[in-house]
Amino acid sequence: MSNYLVKKGLILLSSLFLVTVLTFFLMHAIPGDPFIQDKAIPEEILQALHKHYGLDQPLYVQFFKYLDGVLHFELGPSFKYEGRTVNEIISTGFPVSFYLGMEALVIAVFGGICLGSIAAMNHRRLPDYIMMVIAVLGISVPSFILATFLQYLLAMKLSLLPVARWGSFSQTIMPALSLAALPLAFIARLTRSNMIEVLQQDYIQTAKSKGLNGIKVLLRHVLRNALLPVVTYLGPLTAAVMTGSFAIEKIFGIPGLGQWFVMSITNRDYTVIMGVTIFYSALLLLCVFIVDLLYCFIDPRIKQDYDKK
Amino acid sequence: MTKNNFLFEPIEKEQAQNQEETSYSSVTYWQDVWHKLKQNKLALICLIILSILFAMAIIGPFISGYTYYQTQLSLKNTPPNATFWFGTDELGRDLFTRCWWGARISFFVGIAASTIDLIIGVLFGAIAALAGGKTEEWMMRFADILYAIPYLLVVILLMVVIGSGIFTIILALTITGWINMARIVRSQVLQIKQQDFITAATALGASKKRILLQHLIPNAMGAILVTLTLTIPSAIFAEAFLSFLGLGVQAPIASLGTMANDGLAALRYYPWRLFFPAVLISLTMLSFNALGDGLRDVLDPRLKT
Repeated sequence: MSNYLVKKGLILLSSLFLVTVLTFFLMHAIPGDPFIQDKAIPEEILQALHKHYGLDQPLYVQFFKYLDGVLHFELGPSFKYEGRTVNEIISTGFPVSFYLGMEALVIAVFGGICLGSIAAMNHRRLPDYIMMVIAVLGISVPSFILATFLQYLLAMKLSLLPVARWGSFSQTIMPALSLAALPLAFIARLTRSNMIEVLQQDYIQTAKSKGLNGIKVLLRHVLRNALLPVVTYLGPLTAAVMTGSFAIEKIFGIPGLGQWFVMSITNRDYTVIMGVTIFYSALLLLCVFIVDLLYCFIDPRIKQDYDKK
Repeated sequence: MTKNNFLFEPIEKEQAQNQEETSYSSVTYWQDVWHKLKQNKLALICLIILSILFAMAIIGPFISGYTYYQTQLSLKNTPPNATFWFGTDELGRDLFTRCWWGARISFFVGIAASTIDLIIGVLFGAIAALAGGKTEEWMMRFADILYAIPYLLVVILLMVVIGSGIFTIILALTITGWINMARIVRSQVLQIKQQDFITAATALGASKKRILLQHLIPNAMGAILVTLTLTIPSAIFAEAFLSFLGLGVQAPIASLGTMANDGLAALRYYPWRLFFPAVLISLTMLSFNALGDGLRDVLDPRLKT
């Protein structure tokens, strides 16, 4: 157990370190000066700006300062928005993205498991085929296309839901649905293929022949075993939902962190790009780590494998 | 020949030869795969659609007689009609030509990125599995660390640093893209390595390089091919996604993602500007995914996702 945790923890830390190093040096490798714009700026002011943001120091000093900041959750000031820090930007944008992401996750997990189970229990019958078509569509149609399609159909043509913006629950429905489509389809396929396998196992026959009713067999024996791989997928799933929301937030004009990120890219606001990249990476790596931990508790076999080694 | 009364009668020479032959001609592995794949209707249809899309990506830009950069401001935002089959955009450029140019870029990015992934991934995975011990441990640990980094963030970061363009996209996609392939090849090779014919080859004095190239990789080909067909759509998606965010290829060249992005702004009044690129992206990805699924069922039923 401890072996496993240590190994996963080390991977988490080294990945995070690598991301920080990578972002820092990549951002500093960009030719040009972040303060030089269309208008010429006097040399003294440029120097004062550099001094203010610590850009006059040698690169390695800057790096250790930045690293120190990252360790204290201080991501520095924004270059483009005067008086705003990256921390402020994250703390205003992230709750919105988090809310949207959670809604999408709930839809994806519940919808996916339901669709997958229905398909597996009707293996090689009509509901199975319908589900498989939906799943392939869900995986193939990019989220930003689905989002614009929903926007066009439900909001512009049928006027059922508000077109864009953020604030009320009805405004979250379309973004959450389009974000959830891909993971939903993926979970549905995963659940289906695992459930088909579990349904053929001897212990299911035993449980049925002992007279347990169908629902109990399904909940206690089938789902519990079939959902193990789905749990593993939850880590990467969070990553997909979070990064997927960059485009979705742009389409629906949602003031989340994703939109800030895209905006900072077009504005070349380097500190914000760095800060948000590191923040997202840390978040996603943490999610994967938590899922690994969970998995270890749900499936004792994983733990045993590691203890043997 | 006259009929006689003998119990056994001699048969003609030609006929005799025919009877010596078995009723089926021998089937190679790939013929067998093809035969089984043909039974999967969906996969077959997708293969046909892909061939059409691929052919159109090559000849499509030349059919309508307009170039992708030719602007006709008097004809801007024309709905689809007999001259402009897919309509025109806000500068009066022919969307039919532009769409197929975009499809060309998508195919190019998808195939180039996954070919590079294939080469690096197969070599890395196979060498790691063959080397074993500490080398394998370190190689896979390195892959684990890279794999843990959310790839889209790395790609975006690189696009910001190097600047946008097709080759940057391909480079950015391959930096983390090969890991999946490497992992799958490694697990395959680990299984194959244990089998007797590898021991036999080693006993006969085959070099490690020969074993790797002649025995291990060809035998892992099924899993490699399946992974390949599923890597292509994800590369196509990544390119479209980046272009949609404004990080993709630069004007006047258009990829399907940039066109979808442009079309989004005009969605309310000129929906066809989004419709055609969107359908093309979805259709391409759908076909690759369904074909990949079909291939997986045939080549490697154990490999499930």
